[in-house]
Amino acid sequence: MRNAIVAEGLTKRFGEIVALDGLDLAVGEGTVMGLLGPNGSGKTTAVRLLSTLLRPDSGRATVEGLDVVKDAVAIRRKIGLSGQYAAVDEDLTARENLRMVGKLYHLGTAAAGKRADELLERFDLTADADRQTKGYSGGMRRRVDLACAVVAKPKVLFLDEPTTGLDPRSRLAMWQVISELVEGGSTLLLTTQYLEEADKLADRITVLDRGRVVAEGTPDELKARTGGERLELTVGEAAEVPTAREALRELASGDITVDLDDRLLIVPVSIGSEALVRSVRLLDGAGVRLTGMSLRRPSLDEVFLSLTDKSRDSHEARGSAADDAKAPLR
Amino acid sequence: MNAFSQAVSDGLTLTQRNILKNLRNPDIVVFSSAAPIAFALLFGFVFGSAIDIGTNYREFMIVGILTQTMLLTAANTGVGIAHDMKQGLVDRFRSLPIAQSAVLVGRTNGDAVNNVMVIVLMSLTGLLMGWRIRSSVADAALAYLLLFLFAYAVSWITAAIGLTAKSPEVLGNAMLLVLVPFTFISNSFVPSEGLPTVLRVIAAWNPVSALVEACRQLFGNIPPGRAAPEVWPLQNPILATLLWVALILAIFIPLAVHRYKKTVSQ
Repeated sequence: MRNAIVAEGLTKRFGEIVALDGLDLAVGEGTVMGLLGPNGSGKTTAVRLLSTLLRPDSGRATVEGLDVVKDAVAIRRKIGLSGQYAAVDEDLTARENLRMVGKLYHLGTAAAGKRADELLERFDLTADADRQTKGYSGGMRRRVDLACAVVAKPKVLFLDEPTTGLDPRSRLAMWQVISELVEGGSTLLLTTQYLEEADKLADRITVLDRGRVVAEGTPDELKARTGGERLELTVGEAAEVPTAREALRELASGDITVDLDDRLLIVPVSIGSEALVRSVRLLDGAGVRLTGMSLRRPSLDEVFLSLTDKSRDSHEARGSAADDAKAPLR
Repeated sequence: MNAFSQAVSDGLTLTQRNILKNLRNPDIVVFSSAAPIAFALLFGFVFGSAIDIGTNYREFMIVGILTQTMLLTAANTGVGIAHDMKQGLVDRFRSLPIAQSAVLVGRTNGDAVNNVMVIVLMSLTGLLMGWRIRSSVADAALAYLLLFLFAYAVSWITAAIGLTAKSPEVLGNAMLLVLVPFTFISNSFVPSEGLPTVLRVIAAWNPVSALVEACRQLFGNIPPGRAAPEVWPLQNPILATLLWVALILAIFIPLAVHRYKKTVSQ
């Protein structure tokens, strides 16, 4: 498979702040890459470099085989961008916004008008198409913004936090729209803070923290990396929790988490369904009454927290060393 | 389509956008005119009653008001661009395959159209207050053209500043702080001959003074019996104004476009 987006060692600083610290990325044609990371991890900078809004300090990147610095203009003809804020002109109607963008892609007035009508229909905006967008809800504005990004049927689409700030219903509607867009064969680079969103939409996920890639893989691979399954057990009495914890220690592949209020124990295990049988035996032997149990894969939240926490610790160590080195200069 | 005709077509598309925006926000014209009208009344009827320049003071100072108005409305360009930045629209435009000049050309053109409405409104106010055009139609037309060109040039200055602004609100206030002294340390409201030496020199070479002098000549509003000016820009005010306009455009169009190419919203 050909890669639609390739980045090698992309670095970008803003003054003292290193926004991207050697980003490597490869996104296969027609696939969805989720760029996941906390605030300030470099997601937006990555999108801006790849969509030619910023120039990298070092490293190189190509989109559809074109260099983001040398061939910026040619890239702009092939991409669609929806930034972090719904970039819609509030004084214009949805139809006027779409027509303007169509004309700026040089579709011609007639074709731009036709394309605007198509997109209004597809994004369920026809009823409000001739109202100024300043009266729109956040979800509707986002839909107009996304429609603007796909006016020229781009081969590569960049969406920077497309559902941030939306209510759950609008978010679900947005996911539906994005899924349909991708079925058309476009390559999509999507940034998000929501693990559920990456899990749902992305074929592969790259986890960023402090401008570096801390993990990359399919959602399943990332979940597997955190090690095996999670055995969740609920016991009859809160007083039984410590006993149960003691009894299950030999089964656990990591630290057991407990919640006394819910009488819940979460045990990381690596022996699959055999853990179910053995835990019942162990608890029975310890005289603990079991009221519920389930075995599940770790959620992406758990994966994400374990990945970003780890790199944060090591980064803080580096950060303080850098501060020490800088101190004599002040 | 070659690069030039594409730049023209992109510029026109965005001019259309900005005209539509301005038409839907008539308060821009109203507020751009409100302060100058207040100044006109203040100077015309309050301060003017104590100013004796040997002729009708209101007729003298209306040209100053017209000039001041054009300068202040030009600040709207910078504020508008700062708004586009804040709303992420500049990012959207920069991701499109359009001429790098188009966004700024569209904005300055749209504001130029707005300035026509403002100057018509201000001229009517002036006529009501006793201002008269005492020259030929051709001379008056040239005066309006100069006012208009000057405002267009200043629009490009505020555009360049607007691209680096942190917020539209702060920018609006900051620009007033700069532009208002420009209009006062000039011959706009009082003859500059009586100013203290330092201010007199500044006023003589202030581009606003050249514009005001040119317009007074072309509208026929020079007080009778006034001594001929001593400095070159005021002796040749029309040429001086045109040179200022050319100089400002030659510096600030490339500067603004250069900044636009590098800018991203915060």
